[in-house]
Amino acid sequence: MTNFAQNSRAVHTPGQDDAGTCFNIQDVNLYYGSFHALKDIHMDIPARQVTALIGPSGCGKSTLLKSLNRMNDLIPGCRITGKVELFGEDIYAPQTEVNLLRKRVGMVFQKPNPFPMSIYDNIAYGPRTHGVRSKVKLDAIVEHSLRKAALWDEVKDNLKKSAMAISGGQQQRLCIARCFAVQPDVILMDEPTSALDPISTSKIEDLVLEMKNEYTIVIVTHNMQQAARISDLTSFFLLGEMIEMGNTDSLFSNPTDKRTENYITGRFG
Amino acid sequence: MRSHFDEQLHKLNEEMIRMGSMIEHAIEQAGILMASRDAEHARTVIAADVEVDRKEREIETLCLRLILMQQPVARDLRLVSSALKMITDMERIGDQAADIAEIISMPVKGQRYVYPELLQQMGPAAGTMVNRAVDAFVKRDVDLAHEVIESDDVVDALFNDVKKELLQTMKKHSEFGMQLLDALMIAKYLERIGDHACNIAEWVEYAVTGTYKGDKL
Repeated sequence: MTNFAQNSRAVHTPGQDDAGTCFNIQDVNLYYGSFHALKDIHMDIPARQVTALIGPSGCGKSTLLKSLNRMNDLIPGCRITGKVELFGEDIYAPQTEVNLLRKRVGMVFQKPNPFPMSIYDNIAYGPRTHGVRSKVKLDAIVEHSLRKAALWDEVKDNLKKSAMAISGGQQQRLCIARCFAVQPDVILMDEPTSALDPISTSKIEDLVLEMKNEYTIVIVTHNMQQAARISDLTSFFLLGEMIEMGNTDSLFSNPTDKRTENYITGRFG
Repeated sequence: MRSHFDEQLHKLNEEMIRMGSMIEHAIEQAGILMASRDAEHARTVIAADVEVDRKEREIETLCLRLILMQQPVARDLRLVSSALKMITDMERIGDQAADIAEIISMPVKGQRYVYPELLQQMGPAAGTMVNRAVDAFVKRDVDLAHEVIESDDVVDALFNDVKKELLQTMKKHSEFGMQLLDALMIAKYLERIGDHACNIAEWVEYAVTGTYKGDKL
């Protein structure tokens, strides 16, 4: 078994500029039954940077995101060819232990999905699953994770409160804190602010910018301004193909492909 | 899609062309004034500058509203941001044409000094630069924009020659002292108009290609 929790974990050096390649995606094709959802995708996702995936609905960006921690495995009829390497290891190799992969590659969804339990237990759930039993250790993990998610001050006196009772913005930050608790390398975010108000969105965006000092972030967003605000690299998808990838500044000021230009300027999609 | 946005961008384009033709007219009139020295005509050129200033405000408001409401990116953002920069140069060209007219409108004591031929040539030379810079914007013609930038050397060379000639005249005809200084001011205004035309051409290149003075912005 490939132990993704222990093997070749990226060494975190906050503020380091060039941390190498996190995901190396080679010639990936993905099918839902007969539908060809991803076509010949080649891309490198750099470590400890924010990479935004943009494109119209149905273009394959969320499919690609889910293929990075094998969430697509759960979809009947889904088939993938090609190679996805995480820091040099093929995540689709037969010996890969998927639970450990998902520990290392966390995910935050469009709609906050806290577990129907207390705030504390939401955070402690992952570490407990991976064998942490000490109350002292769990307390420390919960506080550390909530602090990193800029939620601690808001909930520290109500850790036993149901996670279902806090606001949507707080729930989303709780889900991010839940990712932190298992010390991932990567956090995948699938339209994480589309259900949030502008203030909650702003808090999540600030958080993303802080997170990239320690984590690789891949974010799917329909909000062009959000991609421009928080991402270092942007990749444009259309009809299952990756059309263009580049520095966010360049892509939004002077895209090289006409289809990218037409999409980001709102001429189609 | 985005038909309202496209209509506003079209309007921006039209307003830019309108402001361009206003400053082309102003500099053309300044050239005529250098020969005619018609004070009454000069006052109408000075008065017309208010309209150039007003047009600048209108375009500025339109651009800021486009940025606020439409949050343009890529070529749209380049067009709007270039327009915002270009109107500053266009407004200055209008000011400098009015400044030339103001010098000419002033009464002269004693014998009138006839402006040298080289100075008279500077008017059309700078005016052509402005015409072509505006034309480059209208046609989104990067080659023409480059030609404008290169032609600035011609105006600069004329300015240097005019300076030398005025200096020689000053040595021989001290009675024209103040008028010679005014002529030097006019030459400097025309040289600056050439510089502003260059700036416009550089922003045309950015609007079309995303490159400004050789750098990708």
